[in-house]
Amino acid sequence: MESFLSFFDYFTNSFVKLLGMTYEHIGMVFLGVGLALVIGVPLGVLCTRNKTFQNVIITIANLIQVIPSLALLAMLMLVFGLGFKTVVIGLFLYSLLPIIRNTAVGLNQVEEEQLEAGRGVGMTPLQLLMKVRFPLSLPFILAGVRIALVIGISVATLAPFIGGEGLGREIVSGINVRSPDKIYSGALVAAVLAITLDYLLGLLQKKLEVEKL
Amino acid sequence: MIEFKNVYKRYRGGDQDVLKDINLTCNDGEITAFIGPSGCGKTTTMKLINRLINPTRGQVLVDGKDTANVNPVELRREIGYVIQHVGLFPHMTIAKNVAVVPRLLKWEESKIDPRIDELLNMVGLPPEQYRDRYPSELSGGQQQRIGVIRALAAEPKIILMDEPFSALDPISREQLQEDLIQLQKDIKKTIIFVTHDMDEALKIADKIVLMKDGQIVQVASPEEILRRPANDFVKSFIGEKRLQQAIDLPTVADVMAKKPATIYPHRGLAVAMKMMEQKQVDSLVVVDEKNYVQGYVSIYDVTSAFDNEDKKVEDILQPFSQKVSPEADITEAIRMLDEGTLSYIPVVCEDGKLLGLLTRGSVVGHVRNVYAQEGLALQNA
Repeated sequence: MESFLSFFDYFTNSFVKLLGMTYEHIGMVFLGVGLALVIGVPLGVLCTRNKTFQNVIITIANLIQVIPSLALLAMLMLVFGLGFKTVVIGLFLYSLLPIIRNTAVGLNQVEEEQLEAGRGVGMTPLQLLMKVRFPLSLPFILAGVRIALVIGISVATLAPFIGGEGLGREIVSGINVRSPDKIYSGALVAAVLAITLDYLLGLLQKKLEVEKL
Repeated sequence: MIEFKNVYKRYRGGDQDVLKDINLTCNDGEITAFIGPSGCGKTTTMKLINRLINPTRGQVLVDGKDTANVNPVELRREIGYVIQHVGLFPHMTIAKNVAVVPRLLKWEESKIDPRIDELLNMVGLPPEQYRDRYPSELSGGQQQRIGVIRALAAEPKIILMDEPFSALDPISREQLQEDLIQLQKDIKKTIIFVTHDMDEALKIADKIVLMKDGQIVQVASPEEILRRPANDFVKSFIGEKRLQQAIDLPTVADVMAKKPATIYPHRGLAVAMKMMEQKQVDSLVVVDEKNYVQGYVSIYDVTSAFDNEDKKVEDILQPFSQKVSPEADITEAIRMLDEGTLSYIPVVCEDGKLLGLLTRGSVVGHVRNVYAQEGLALQNA
């Protein structure tokens, strides 16, 4: 009870500081996942065009995914140096696989009849992509973004090791000064952040889902 | 007008022509139905028109222009297309679905809205009620109505329909077929209609193109194809159901009265008189003990010879001029009844034994039974 009170005390006192860290945290994650969207969605489209291409892309993305996050970040640090930029690149790499894969799955599940209807009414391949295939695969792409965000929030807590900011700083400094209050605060906020984003995107995903015919 | 000139199609990597030497003209303002068993090339032939498929050899001409020289995307916007599984876009409202082609053609928005309402009204779906609904909220029949008006939206001269009603329940299908016939009276489009249902083709088509194994077997009006099928394949294709109806035509054995009034030849005339009275008939069939037909005696013969007590049936019997076998066609037997002098014909086995009698009364009775049963079946359905 006493430890809970001291945690509560610490948490309320450092609320503003934690809020600032959360803001930094979200910034890194959004930037990484955003970049992954910009690169990953076109790669996902390419995957649906060519089977060998799909195999190559998915294999590489898979390989990146299996590297332990701390190891990946450390290796990136060797190339890009310490700092914010390196964290964002790491988050970008981690977000690629779910986004590429879900884009490809989403595009492939569009029914042949809708594609044929689109071609039949005279849509160009680009119009077919933008007016039919993308809208119908949006819920799938969004599911990929959800996964990427949740992974990203947890990976970003490692940022302080390579000179980044965010909620990880609170946790790492908590480890250094052996303060459970600090560790709990950082972990709690990161977890709440992940759950909240996941929930909100889940709502959006449901909204975008169309009833199949 | 759509013309096919010596069109061949072979898919890449395939070792067989899926279309062989297609030559065909589809006239303006007519419904041309492509029909045949699955894999006969009817859908492939149709897709050549809007270049969803390109011919390997030969030409497809629309209004005299070779489609090979027309940009396929632009060509398709000029040709309405109704696909088999409706193919509405589930993420678009009904209004947006209908407006797809006008928007692709960059019509002015002020022109598009009234056009959507006009089309919805045309197929009996009130715009204020249906414009903003999504396809999944509509029944299958309503969805395909939208599929049809989407094809009509940009006022194409030609409409391609690929088995448009095949996925619908029989009642909606018939309704949509009738709607299409009604619609066609007003819009007079050149419609290519692919189907595997002969009843559908006979009902709606001006011209039927029957295909098999990538070749055209016969091109004819529905009337002509029924009256003069080109070969056995056409016959069997048209026939399946209709020939069955012909097979269902009863034989003499089904229709005849099974226990006719008979008398043995050595009986006296008083007995014959009594038998006729009992059975309420005016003549008796004379058979021997083994049931071989000998002839008949009529009430007139019996009464005129009645005073002579020595006379027996065999002395006055008259032989039948006509007999009919139990397997005989009923139409043939009715013709014999019409032409013959007697009001009945004995039904006789090959060995000459009596099986029954065919009378006008028994024919009428059979017909009454059949219709009564069908009426019952309809009520139960």
